[in-house]
Amino acid sequence: MSSGDASQAVAVLAGLELLTAVLLAWRGPASSPRGPLAVQGFALAGLVAVIGVAEDEPVLWLVALLVGVLKGVVLPTLVVRRPVRAAGAAGRPAVTAAVPAVLRPAAVRGRSRVPLLLGAAGLVVVAYLAARPVARVVTGATGQALPVGFALVLVGFALLATGRRSQSQLVGFLVLDNGIATTAFLATGGVPLVVELGVSLDVLLVVLVLQVLGSRIDTAFGAGAPGGTDLDQLRELHD
Amino acid sequence: MSGDVAGELRVVLAVVLQTVVVVAAAPLLVGVLRQVRARWEGRVGQGLLQPWRDLVKLARKEPLQASGSTVVAWVAPVVVLGSGLLLAALVPTVTTAGPARLPADLFVVVSVLLVGTVALGLLGLDAGSAFGGMGSSRHLTIAALVEPTVLLAVYALSVPVGSTALGPIVEGRLADPGRVVAPAGVLAVVALAIAVIAETARIPVDNPSTHLELTMVHEAMVLESSGRDLAAVELGSWLRLSVLLALVANLVVPWGVATAGEGGPGLTALAVGVVAVVVKTAASGVVLATAEVFMAKLRLFRVPELLTGSFVLAFLAVTGSYVIG
Repeated sequence: MSSGDASQAVAVLAGLELLTAVLLAWRGPASSPRGPLAVQGFALAGLVAVIGVAEDEPVLWLVALLVGVLKGVVLPTLVVRRPVRAAGAAGRPAVTAAVPAVLRPAAVRGRSRVPLLLGAAGLVVVAYLAARPVARVVTGATGQALPVGFALVLVGFALLATGRRSQSQLVGFLVLDNGIATTAFLATGGVPLVVELGVSLDVLLVVLVLQVLGSRIDTAFGAGAPGGTDLDQLRELHD
Repeated sequence: MSGDVAGELRVVLAVVLQTVVVVAAAPLLVGVLRQVRARWEGRVGQGLLQPWRDLVKLARKEPLQASGSTVVAWVAPVVVLGSGLLLAALVPTVTTAGPARLPADLFVVVSVLLVGTVALGLLGLDAGSAFGGMGSSRHLTIAALVEPTVLLAVYALSVPVGSTALGPIVEGRLADPGRVVAPAGVLAVVALAIAVIAETARIPVDNPSTHLELTMVHEAMVLESSGRDLAAVELGSWLRLSVLLALVANLVVPWGVATAGEGGPGLTALAVGVVAVVVKTAASGVVLATAEVFMAKLRLFRVPELLTGSFVLAFLAVTGSYVIG
């Protein structure tokens, strides 16, 4: 693989990651984040594999496999999984599940995504400006695409900060993590297997803990909507 | 010197041929769209030639004006048709060659589009009927949201070429197919496709076959037109649809288009170009109609969200084309 091919492949995969991040910000409340997240994870794995081929480091192929399985399959599946009700609440029907959908305003109709989308566009520009000095230092085919990693981090933060449900916040967290991983791989030309293994386990653990926490909150507040309890329902204290 | 004149003549002839082909094919494309939709819905359909028959029938009829309508009701249909014809001549569909004096520049094309849009909006307002005004207001709202996207998307496509004219952009993609799959190019084409769907009033932005008061946009504006005027407005809108669809098809699959070359495109290249553009546009029409069958019209208040999304894609394409190519 020549360096021209490698840089073309890196550009395509990085563009795919950016596109899926925008799609995740664009997504309505009813659509599942699983597809875009999985595509983003596979694009990241592909990026690692391309770097592995370009730098001729077979250990990166193992890392790519790890990243592909974890971020392309396991984590997206975990995020959309319906939380299992806690044992105590198993028999009791949720209180607000009986409320007609029309009466649950924000959870059903969803908010306008226009500010978030325009904000994401602004963040991408900020990322390009911020990453320019770093990208100049990085040599080889990968430095060019480095701003995409920064952009993913910023868009992930925006999703995390503006998400109104546990699921969308989790999605924001995963985009943020993908951004950090993209930046790490592009800037250093590959991360050692041990480091990647540690980081991956951390992320997996965090997602699992947040899933359990989200399902606890859902049980306490009795949300019936897909994607978990809306922030608006957390205004008052419950037993 | 005589070579220059002969070359210029050939370019003019090529442009005339392109316009004739697009005018002949535009109603057929609408026929294809309706026929595909009918087949998907389990109906027999009206046949590919029905839009042509409708046009001929309407063109024979005397236009009736609502009382109180002004000169706008006479002029606007002509302007709509004229802008459609100008688009058909300018936008590279059959050939990328164009008269040097009037390049198919990004800004020229967008202004010609906008002239047609505004004329249609004025036509809707002119008779003073409630539906017409409602349709015009929606139409112009959508147009205001779409134009920035079209400008940005074509601008992103023009960055690697170094020219904002559409002809060189298509030729550049033909010469370097890597650009077709480059991320910035893909983002820009997706954004442009969404903008084209909104601009030509297709589902999910507008339903071309509805007369339901609450949802119609395009149909509301032409309610007051009849006879020759209606034929002109319809043909103008169909021309716009076919030209924009063919442009997107040419950007995605640039092969087959007749390039300007030395001294204008040759006869064989033009013949290949005609066949190629007809096949490409018909294929994209089938895809469009099929996608529409499986889609519901968006609520009007959701349309800005869709168009903001496409604007962001176009914007990312522009920033991306400087950084990741």
